[in-house]
Amino acid sequence: MMEKTLFSTSCPGRIGVSLPVCDVPETEIPAELARTGEIGLPQVTEGQVMRHFVRLSNKNYNIEKGIYPLGSCTMKYNPRLHEALARIPGLAAVHPLSPDRTVQGTLELMHALGTCLCEITGFSAVTLQPAAGAQGEFTGLMLIRSAHLAALETGRDKVLMPDSAHGTNPATSTMAGMKVVPVKSNDQGMVDVEDVKAKVGPDTAALMLTNPNTLGLFESNILEITEAVHRAGGLNYMDGANMNAMLGVARPGDMGFDVCHLNLHKTFSTPHGGGGPGSGPVCCNARLEPYLPNPLVVKDKDGYALSGMSNTSFGRLMAFHGNIGVLYRAYAYIRTLGASGLREVTEGAVVNANYLKARLRGHYPVPFDNGPCMHEFVAGGPEMAGLGLKTLDVAKRLLDYGFHAPTVYFPLIVKEALMMEPTETETMESIDEFADALIAIAREACEKPHLLTDAPVNTPVLRLDEVKAAKELVVVEPREES
Amino acid sequence: MNRFVPNCKTLRIRMLEEIGVNKVEDLFTHVPGQVRMKGLLNLPPAMSEMELVREYTRLANINTSHELVCFRGAGSYDHFIPAAVDSILTRSEFFTAYTPYQAEVSQGTLQAIFEYQTMIARLCGTEAANAGMYDGASATAEAALMSMRVTGVDRVLVAGSLNPSYREVIETYLVPGGFQINEIPFGPDGLLDLDAARALMQGGSASIILQSPNYFGLVENIARASEAARAGNALLVVVADPISLGVIQAPGELGADIVVGDGQPLGIPMGFGGPYAGFLATSMAHLRKMPGRIIGRTEDRAGNVGFVMTLQTREQHIRREKATSNICTNQALMALANAVYLSLTGEAGFREIARQCYHKAHYLEAGLVKAGARRIFTAPFVREFALRLPGDAFELEARLVSAGFLPGLPVPGLGNDAMLFAVTEKRTREEMDAFIGAVSKACGEVR
Amino acid sequence: MSKINEGIRYTESHEWVKRDGENYVMGITDHAQHEMGEIVMVELPAKGAQTVRGEALGALEAVKTAEDFYAPLDGTVVKVNGELDGNPALVNEDPYGEGWLVVIKAVDPAQYDELLSPDQYRALAGE
Repeated sequence: MMEKTLFSTSCPGRIGVSLPVCDVPETEIPAELARTGEIGLPQVTEGQVMRHFVRLSNKNYNIEKGIYPLGSCTMKYNPRLHEALARIPGLAAVHPLSPDRTVQGTLELMHALGTCLCEITGFSAVTLQPAAGAQGEFTGLMLIRSAHLAALETGRDKVLMPDSAHGTNPATSTMAGMKVVPVKSNDQGMVDVEDVKAKVGPDTAALMLTNPNTLGLFESNILEITEAVHRAGGLNYMDGANMNAMLGVARPGDMGFDVCHLNLHKTFSTPHGGGGPGSGPVCCNARLEPYLPNPLVVKDKDGYALSGMSNTSFGRLMAFHGNIGVLYRAYAYIRTLGASGLREVTEGAVVNANYLKARLRGHYPVPFDNGPCMHEFVAGGPEMAGLGLKTLDVAKRLLDYGFHAPTVYFPLIVKEALMMEPTETETMESIDEFADALIAIAREACEKPHLLTDAPVNTPVLRLDEVKAAKELVVVEPREES
Repeated sequence: MNRFVPNCKTLRIRMLEEIGVNKVEDLFTHVPGQVRMKGLLNLPPAMSEMELVREYTRLANINTSHELVCFRGAGSYDHFIPAAVDSILTRSEFFTAYTPYQAEVSQGTLQAIFEYQTMIARLCGTEAANAGMYDGASATAEAALMSMRVTGVDRVLVAGSLNPSYREVIETYLVPGGFQINEIPFGPDGLLDLDAARALMQGGSASIILQSPNYFGLVENIARASEAARAGNALLVVVADPISLGVIQAPGELGADIVVGDGQPLGIPMGFGGPYAGFLATSMAHLRKMPGRIIGRTEDRAGNVGFVMTLQTREQHIRREKATSNICTNQALMALANAVYLSLTGEAGFREIARQCYHKAHYLEAGLVKAGARRIFTAPFVREFALRLPGDAFELEARLVSAGFLPGLPVPGLGNDAMLFAVTEKRTREEMDAFIGAVSKACGEVR
Repeated sequence: MSKINEGIRYTESHEWVKRDGENYVMGITDHAQHEMGEIVMVELPAKGAQTVRGEALGALEAVKTAEDFYAPLDGTVVKVNGELDGNPALVNEDPYGEGWLVVIKAVDPAQYDELLSPDQYRALAGE
């Protein structure tokens, strides 16, 4: 059933809030400034609003409905307690420009979270300001840029990155005024060390690497790679999107990286919110610390404070201090688990991914399958065609089975890619159910291929016409319709 | 084992058998020994749920800011949030969902954001809006970059009366690309110096970036600024406080080409600065140069109306180094909060809230002036205003905090005695009268 | 199997070029339009723009991909296909005909002869 937009159910005179009577004398609004025409906001009651958005919510898949195996997205369970904690008025109803002495609790928490993140990554300094992973990446490259400029190395504007990199990596490089130099992957699905050595040089600003990489493989030659970059005068950036595979197992700071970001909305269980908010703290070593964005949380004899502007900092990313509400939740997660709990998370994630891969053996090809994967793996490759499988159709058919699809068509180095990450919060049973569905779909592809090409049919809408959307471009409801 | 990891020892043995290894360690063989952690991380000990509640309560109790009666704004405002907003936000269908890449099972998020885009565009008086940015500051910086993509000119002009944090973020975003930023000063009335703007336009510019109401709360002449921009083939970017758009004319209707701002006043708690949601609205002609996600309406195979993310070819996952922005995760849930808030308040409620902010701000301003504060600017304001007080602003702040108020923000840029006040519909006459009294008293003490 | 026309030349970036007196008409190949899927937008250069061999001249946009197209020759854009503005799908329907992109006046006609022959392109495209 199509849910009408709120605009079309609007009726003059309806209202969804009760406001106090204005208790001060009115001041005239100058006529030449006043907004006189109708804005066009809905006119509905609270009950109508609730019903509308609840009905809409019923059309959404979510982590509390079932497995959400999106590779590189780390869709794990979001603890309910953390929602309650982040909403405690003493923490939530706080103006961002409050004097330090009135926000000691929040600053203490931020400081403690920063200390934990440094320990987890093996670095000594941190900023909690970046709003999301992409802003974290930008932060990292800006730190690197600043360090090179401070050393009067003005010619370093190239970023080496593997061809399997997430799209934000090249997009971020452009924003940071740098150019991408792609590095090849070898037949094992790992960075080709020789290619790195051939391409690093006096123009190298940084290597940008996701580890484990987007195929779910740990870069075994990581020390040789980072050392080659350092020898050439470049710096190493780790994209921490896949940190869920390494908690308490290995630390970027110990692998020759100089800086990394973390996705709190992936690894540290804060909810994705249908696309955000996230949070992308950046941890770095002492060499890059002077350039961190303003302000930082510092501790002195009087307590905690937000630092003033430092003149070496590369600048500011947000109007205020970051997505604090997300920090509240992530810190609760770390405090719940402690060191051994975090290690269990990683072990659970890696066991679950390998179990799913094993269950699909013989049904779906897995390129670069040279032993265990980390927290995710990528099925697909040229053999898919022989099995009559197209990634898009498999994904849509999975929706009919009541599951969310894996990440599709990424990384780009695998044709017809299906990138799967069950995460540690899935039970063996739920992984089995998901694997059974995928296996059944592979069978359907041979026996009743139309079930795949027609899919999905058990969803609130059928397959949607994206060409029409892009051609006709209706991005707001036309006024004449409501 | 912990409450987030369900596969206990016995199950794990079965899973390892299926995988074909003997122990968990065997799955980590690719991690070289030199980088493998020997012991455990050095983290504080794990806490139970009740211990965690106790710890967070302790931290919340150390904070005192939330107990203060708030007269501070400068980008974050103490508005009332109807309970229904959080009731929708805490539905797991919304808050635990991922980005709506699989449209058929994400129609809830997609339609809600389509409605959000519609509300933002109508509020701003533009044809279109995107699905949201991180916050108002980054949205402004993205608008600056967008204006350079549209015009092909590598320089922007920024009003001196722009929120200084926003200005810093613009610099952070533009400097690495080698783009030039110049400032247009404000006149003695606190408004954009249009003559200076016209003169600076001679050097060519992609846009004029103007906040209205500006950092000092004053309503700018957008129509005149738009003429100045247009005369030099530049765009006008207006940074707007969304609440103000309930009383004053929409920037889009006055000639702004891009309207940006922060949705925090629309149903989002102050939360020490985030998460908020930036908005970015513009005309259809500039849609392809816009950063961020855009939801579009379409049909499914049976001809039913449905919604999808559209124009994705601008985005990083497809366009990579040529993308319009690197933004991926945005602040979708906070955009949803904006949509629910604007639906609840609606045409009449939203305008009434805006009007109350206006009237109450003027009541307080008059009261403070009567009590000895001096006006700095004469131009009309909506709900924020700067005043000079008889005394050092930071000293006054300390005294007023002790008296239970979060007073206006000291603005050293306007002098040691300047403060920027903000008023929302939440403030009562009683609170304002008490505040005026406290300010008089504090001024007497520091003088 | 996509179409590769005889009597014209090709680039490694999947453009075709046809000599027309001292001008050269160009478009993208049938192979390229197949790979992209339905084109929803074509971004063309301005008339009079200078072209530099191998540099991006404009862009084509489908739903899930966007690709630049590149100048096959040094020269000047003398004509662009205005029809594509309202009907970008012409590139899919008739890539060698009504779906042409731009006409270039070349600086050095010898550059045309350096482009790929139909057979060379066939090998490159794996057709």
